Amino acid sequence: METRHRPFFALFITPAVLSAVVFAASMIAVLQFSMREQIPGSLSVGGLTLDNFTAMLHPIYGRVFLDALWICALTAVVSLILGYPLAYALVHTCNLVLKSAILIITVTPLFLGEVVRTYSWIVVLGSNGFINLLLLKLKLIAEPLQILFTLTGVVIALVHVTLPVVTVMLAAAIAHIDVDYEKAAASLGAGPVRVFLTVTLPLSGPGIVASLSTAFAWTFSAFATPQLVGGGRVNMISNLVYQLGFSNFNFPFAASLSVAGLALTFTSLALLRIALRPLERIGSS
Amino acid sequence: MARPLSHRIIGWGGALTVTAILAFLVLPAFVVAVAAFNDDALLSFPPQQLSLRWLVNAMSYGDFQTGLRNSIVVTFAASSIALIVGSTFSFVLDRYQFRAKRVLESLLLAPLVVPHFTAGLGFLFLAAQVGASRGYGVVIACHVVLVLPFVLRSVYISLRNLDRHLELAAASLGAPPSRVLVTVTLPLLLPGLCTGWLFAAILSFNEFSASLFVTAQRTQTLPVAMYNYVREYADPTMAALSVLFIVVTAALLTIANTWLGLGRVLNVEHVR
Repeated sequence: METRHRPFFALFITPAVLSAVVFAASMIAVLQFSMREQIPGSLSVGGLTLDNFTAMLHPIYGRVFLDALWICALTAVVSLILGYPLAYALVHTCNLVLKSAILIITVTPLFLGEVVRTYSWIVVLGSNGFINLLLLKLKLIAEPLQILFTLTGVVIALVHVTLPVVTVMLAAAIAHIDVDYEKAAASLGAGPVRVFLTVTLPLSGPGIVASLSTAFAWTFSAFATPQLVGGGRVNMISNLVYQLGFSNFNFPFAASLSVAGLALTFTSLALLRIALRPLERIGSS
Repeated sequence: MARPLSHRIIGWGGALTVTAILAFLVLPAFVVAVAAFNDDALLSFPPQQLSLRWLVNAMSYGDFQTGLRNSIVVTFAASSIALIVGSTFSFVLDRYQFRAKRVLESLLLAPLVVPHFTAGLGFLFLAAQVGASRGYGVVIACHVVLVLPFVLRSVYISLRNLDRHLELAAASLGAPPSRVLVTVTLPLLLPGLCTGWLFAAILSFNEFSASLFVTAQRTQTLPVAMYNYVREYADPTMAALSVLFIVVTAALLTIANTWLGLGRVLNVEHVR
């Protein structure tokens, strides 16, 4: 009887349920592995234990967690500062060709893989790289600057991929602001700066919160960029997880670090939400 | 109407800022192109002598060839499966109310916030438990889950914009649901389905972190092979390959843009 009113329901929902089950199973596997003993050199694991989590309290790991948080926060804020003007331009450009060009340039880094993007930044930032070459040629510096293998270098390369995400999310928020509000403010005599500060910016509050959170979460997920641009001197959780898994074959510990990383991401995102609640409220009221 | 000088200064300042930010986004692609076609292994600017040797090198490197083959297999399989899963589920999401709708939707969108290395680790464990950790199956399954949110998004938007009256008209003329689906709904959804598949394919072809965990030597995808190359060699062979990646990706995005309007998919058009 139900099928007559809901054609294809059972058939169409099955693939989705299957995919969801597989994904959930993989996440449960990580959780399950995180509470197991290591059997050296093997992907199978021993009995239940919480040792992996207590081992994580070692200062070495605390340091990596703090570094990761700092890199995520910095990347998110820089992306927001650069992304806002870009998003504003994207929405307010009337010329269609120009608009498409801005859109394509903005989103291409998002679809380029991490490896290509990271490699490109190595060529730009390296001591024989483009920036140093240019600065040396212009006689602005005498010695090549050390940008590769530093936190600054890692953040620059990371912003390159979070910037498109942030821009697209902000553009969506700005595009959904009713143009009439801006026009009303302008017709009452407000200059463009005033219209922007008192109407557009506050109304895009929810978009700002959403894009900051996403940039934060995405940065946390980065692997190749901290690995290659950081060159072992700037490590994030992902790098530790890989090293523990594939160099030390300690998969249970790798799993527990991933779980802790997930917990840390979600906690920071929740805290960010709470801290930015006033901003979100202005926009939605 | 002439605008006051102060407005024009703000306008020019804004345009300059935006140009600078766009330059930042394009800079790596530009530099990589210079490195790729420069004859010398060391970067020089402007390039002393142009050459195609790095491109030839990239094309003839064995690991890249195997990687490319594997990537094509994985990308086609993963994005086609993701298209089926994503479009059928979008249909159900758009048309029906049912229990656990929210749960199912959030589970399938979760890969957007779960780090790819964590997903990769999970699929590696899962595959080890069922004894399939060395095959293509686990790589494809992992890619399907990771690209699914993007397919969902573009198909769902096309479904929302679809004129339901056309379906009703066909049904009222006596077409059974399956005929309506094949002759009315599917053709109308075609641009959305193509864009969804294209998004999935681009993302799957470029996916790296999760692939690093779930691929074995035999199933290594191109990005993984490239990563291993960068770790071992410092010559511009990678630059040549990167240029190909950048050009193909930008071209595919331009196609997607003309097909469906990226602006609509990404939700950045002005609402009137």
